[in-house]
Amino acid sequence: MSNVFILVDLQGDAVSKTTAELATAGARMGEVTAIVLTQPGKSAAIVSTLTGPISSVISIESEDLATHGVPAYADLISQIVTEKKPSALLIASHAFGKEIAGRVAIATDSGIITDAVDVAADGTATQLVFGGSTTVHSKISHGVSIMTIRPNTIEANTAAASPTVENVTKSVSDVAKKVRITATQPFVKGGRPELTEANIVVSGGRGTNGDFAAVEGLADALGAAVGASRAATDAGWYPHTHQVGQTGKTVSPQLYVACGISGAIQHRAGMQTSKTIVVVNKDAEAPIFDIADFGVIGDLFAVLPKATEGVIARKS
Amino acid sequence: MKIAVCVKQVPDSWAEKKMINGTLDREGVDAVLNDLDEYAVEEALRIVEAHGGNEEGGANSVTIISMGPERATEAIRKALSMGANDAILISDGALAGADAITTSAVLAKVIETGGFDLVLCGTESTDARMSVVPAMISARLGWAQLTFAGSVVVDPAASTVAITRVTDAGVDSMGASFPAVLSVIEKINEPRYPSFKGIMASKKKTIDVRDCAAIGISVQGAWSLVADSAPRPARAAGIKVTDSGDGGKELVDFLAGKKLI
Ligand SMILES: Cc1cc2nc3c(=O)[nH]c(=O)nc-3n(C[C@H](O)[C@H](O)[C@H](O)COP(=O)(O)OP(=O)(O)OC[C@H]3O[C@@H](n4cnc5c(N)ncnc54)[C@H](O)[C@@H]3O)c2cc1C
Repeated sequence: MSNVFILVDLQGDAVSKTTAELATAGARMGEVTAIVLTQPGKSAAIVSTLTGPISSVISIESEDLATHGVPAYADLISQIVTEKKPSALLIASHAFGKEIAGRVAIATDSGIITDAVDVAADGTATQLVFGGSTTVHSKISHGVSIMTIRPNTIEANTAAASPTVENVTKSVSDVAKKVRITATQPFVKGGRPELTEANIVVSGGRGTNGDFAAVEGLADALGAAVGASRAATDAGWYPHTHQVGQTGKTVSPQLYVACGISGAIQHRAGMQTSKTIVVVNKDAEAPIFDIADFGVIGDLFAVLPKATEGVIARKS
Repeated sequence: MKIAVCVKQVPDSWAEKKMINGTLDREGVDAVLNDLDEYAVEEALRIVEAHGGNEEGGANSVTIISMGPERATEAIRKALSMGANDAILISDGALAGADAITTSAVLAKVIETGGFDLVLCGTESTDARMSVVPAMISARLGWAQLTFAGSVVVDPAASTVAITRVTDAGVDSMGASFPAVLSVIEKINEPRYPSFKGIMASKKKTIDVRDCAAIGISVQGAWSLVADSAPRPARAAGIKVTDSGDGGKELVDFLAGKKLI
């Protein structure tokens, strides 16, 4: 059986939900080996919380990861891939994961597919392109099949994992140490679910006029993450990390609620693949209604509090 | 300081795009300079302007590098009219449908021989959206990778560059010595509109068009092959209600009907 590598996706020192999704996709193609890359002393705790169909773990601890970033991660992965020759390597599709994948592809003479939303047993990847309007099936024809997979698109098998663990010592090549990271400020995670992992996202745009209370109220009643349009992040009403769209995050939740957002193509690029789309907008002509499963033409400050009340009433 | 800016001509974001034989149909749509590359052009100009400008014959220059069909010269002219000095376009029939692996090989090959200190890119192209080419160029050249920059500070005397990297995870401060490959996010600046003078001047600027033989590269086929592609069914028209006091309640009823709550 062929061997498939996945890169364990971490948020800080915690294993993200996406990791089990990568393992689930990988297990369709072969036996899954999870690669853990972390600071000295941290891998055992990470390995103990892994879930999903993972047969073995290769764990490398290095000081250089935090100091040199993406090139250091890519360098270590390239070394193991060259040595162990897996058939495929799956990585989470975000800025960090895609850059690592790109560098490993160059180092190992392999093809690369990014932003896959599904992967079949024969390695065929499904991608949704042009703002979700077109489905593409493609396959890598050279080297290791390096694919990045969008969080929240594959239903994860989260059975407990009991992998064999191999701790490996490797050093980062000099060429991967040309950048020095002098300070790191991780974004503080609020109490709400992570945007790209959430089952429900409630987003606010310019229509909130800077007051996100109604949007947050509905989000909390639904157990949802909060998103924002670029108009809202540019105005400083909500942090950039919450921006959904072309230059923000791509989300694929079960439910996306767009409030006071017009539906510019750059916003749609980040949310169009949501399963169900609900819209609250006072302009009946707003283009966002074109992709809405359910739309309320109305003032969000009137509609959202009523909806929040209704959700809470049904839940209790 | 010699700066290169990699730009791409892409279909207009608003144009309806379709696939023909596994690649994007580029003939049938309006083409423009990739939005996100304008920020890289602007940042390169700001860097040289902060250090004596980019007058012809001076110490600094900004060179636009692009790979694409001959008509990509239109997008390149826009970058030149913003104030870049000159341009190189690699154009070759063999490059049609090139993937990121090939694109990065071609760009790296041209950059390698140009004597550049810095290479600036946008974070992604609005058509392919892979966001990997800057990292790949850095990997191929063995140059420092400073990508997703939300701010850039260059010290030409020390030959160093420092950025803040802004991603999902947080903000990192990082730096490196020349040469380096940067990509800049769209919050970094507000790209200038070409002035009338800039547009007139751009007409006299050189766009050096080269084919693969001229840059000494032989093209391989793409390493990711499209098996098939199909337009997805348009989202069926949904329900639309006008709020007259119970829009919120109707919204909740819809969610309940869909078993979303
Ligand atoms: C290179 C580039 C990248 C971009 N990347 C992104 C991106 O990643 N994400 C993104 O979102 N945008 C992005 N944009 C910007 C995008 O083009 C739009 O400008 C932006 O999405 C608009 O945000 P909005 O819908 O909140 O604001 P607007 O377009 O101003 O729409 C506001 C909407 O709110 C409605 N409204 C107002 N008041 C109320 C009320 N009280 N109740 C209900 N409705 C109300 C209005 O009817 C209107 O439809 C990008 C643009 C460029 C050029």
